[in-house]
Amino acid sequence: MTEKLRAEGIRKSYGTHEVLRGVSLTAGAGDVISLIGSSGSGKSTLLRCLNLLERPDAGRILLEGEALALARQRDGRLGAADPKQLRRMRARLSMVFQDFCLWSHMTILHNLTEAPRQVLGKSRAEAEDLARRTLAKVGLPETVLNRHPGQLSGGQQQRVAIARALCMEPEVMLFDEPTSALDPERVAEVLKVMQALAEEGRTMIVVTHEMGFARHASTRVVFLEEGRIGAEGPPEDIFTRTENPRLQRFLAGRLQP
Amino acid sequence: MNWYVVTENLGQYAAGARLTLLLTVVSLLLAFCLAVPLAFARNSADRRISGAVQVYTTLFRGTPLLVQLFLIYFGLAQFGWLRASILWPWLSSPLVCAILTFVLNSGAYTTEIFAGGLRAIPKGEVEAARACGFSPLQAARRILIPAMLTRALPLYGNEVIMMLHATSLASTVTLLEVTGVARNLTLNYYIQLEPYAAAALIYLGLTAVLVGGFQILEARHARYLRLRR
Repeated sequence: MTEKLRAEGIRKSYGTHEVLRGVSLTAGAGDVISLIGSSGSGKSTLLRCLNLLERPDAGRILLEGEALALARQRDGRLGAADPKQLRRMRARLSMVFQDFCLWSHMTILHNLTEAPRQVLGKSRAEAEDLARRTLAKVGLPETVLNRHPGQLSGGQQQRVAIARALCMEPEVMLFDEPTSALDPERVAEVLKVMQALAEEGRTMIVVTHEMGFARHASTRVVFLEEGRIGAEGPPEDIFTRTENPRLQRFLAGRLQP
Repeated sequence: MNWYVVTENLGQYAAGARLTLLLTVVSLLLAFCLAVPLAFARNSADRRISGAVQVYTTLFRGTPLLVQLFLIYFGLAQFGWLRASILWPWLSSPLVCAILTFVLNSGAYTTEIFAGGLRAIPKGEVEAARACGFSPLQAARRILIPAMLTRALPLYGNEVIMMLHATSLASTVTLLEVTGVARNLTLNYYIQLEPYAAAALIYLGLTAVLVGGFQILEARHARYLRLRR
């Protein structure tokens, strides 16, 4: 299996609090990795270190074998040594945020075409064609194209955000608690889209509290506790055969999927 | 009533309105170009940069426009080296001094309005642009500036109207814009009410056009801020 994204020894602290204490993670092509753990275990921080939205204190990040050049900055954290390389890598790692983060002043169409046109240099026609096809894929009608994000429901906005990420034709998709800001009745529509993406073999890293998704849609589950990997393996092992007492306690605190 | 004073001098009022518009439009355009980069600098993480911009906006928002105009038009003439410099032909012109003062003053207010607009943009929208691989310049041009301008539109509309009215101060440095024309007529005819009433009507008309223009702009570009399903 070809390796897509690899992170090695990621460390990060806020003041004296160590959020990540040397975490390594490898995603091969087609892997769907669910990052689970209680709040404060460092899941989101780890995900955000992968595209350098958070700057780690130590570690390495490689995308398809190409190492992201990092340099120590004045505040002691690692930043991109070459901003152009970082932008190139970010364009291949698209991210879906908890609170959608659509550009509210733009129509849905422009939300979908903006980055492909600006960053990937696609023509307007090409980008709009891609936007229409992608929108259909996340199950939204073309009538939403001329609306603004504020006119859509949370579930629809998150599906647009997934479409925006897909329009970048990324190597790896990063999801940061994509259903946590949604009304309960809207969660399923977003999970269904994500499940379909998983089934078509996309490489995904998903921070989630949805144990059902972790168990049934992912190829591998990583349990983070106190900034370290507490357990990792295929979902069946994690959910049914674990002997890690902390993981058992974590799972016991949630409804069994 | 002696409206003939006005009707016989409509040509002067027309010329005055042209100068008022020129002062307003040129000052606003230059102040806008000054304020957009300064708004970013005002929110800079570097305290020295944001501090320097704050000193500028505090100076120009903390003193009366009329005093600023007098300082620049009359005050600068006190410096011999300035009178000897190649800038003097411009700095001795009342038109240039008035525009310079208006630009610096309106630029200070507009900088704070735009900086507030920038701060009102949700952090996540900026982060999403970074995560997509936008360069800082692309993010500014495509995401931050449009979001900033649309959010600042109501306050900026007020600033534009204030600027239109503030150009009446240019009459104090010999410029014959609408107020200057009215003042001249009062001095020539010894009639106070009608010339100023006519000036007020012209300002009212211009203001109505501006208000209408900003309502159209808001309906077209800032409606998304009031959208709820």
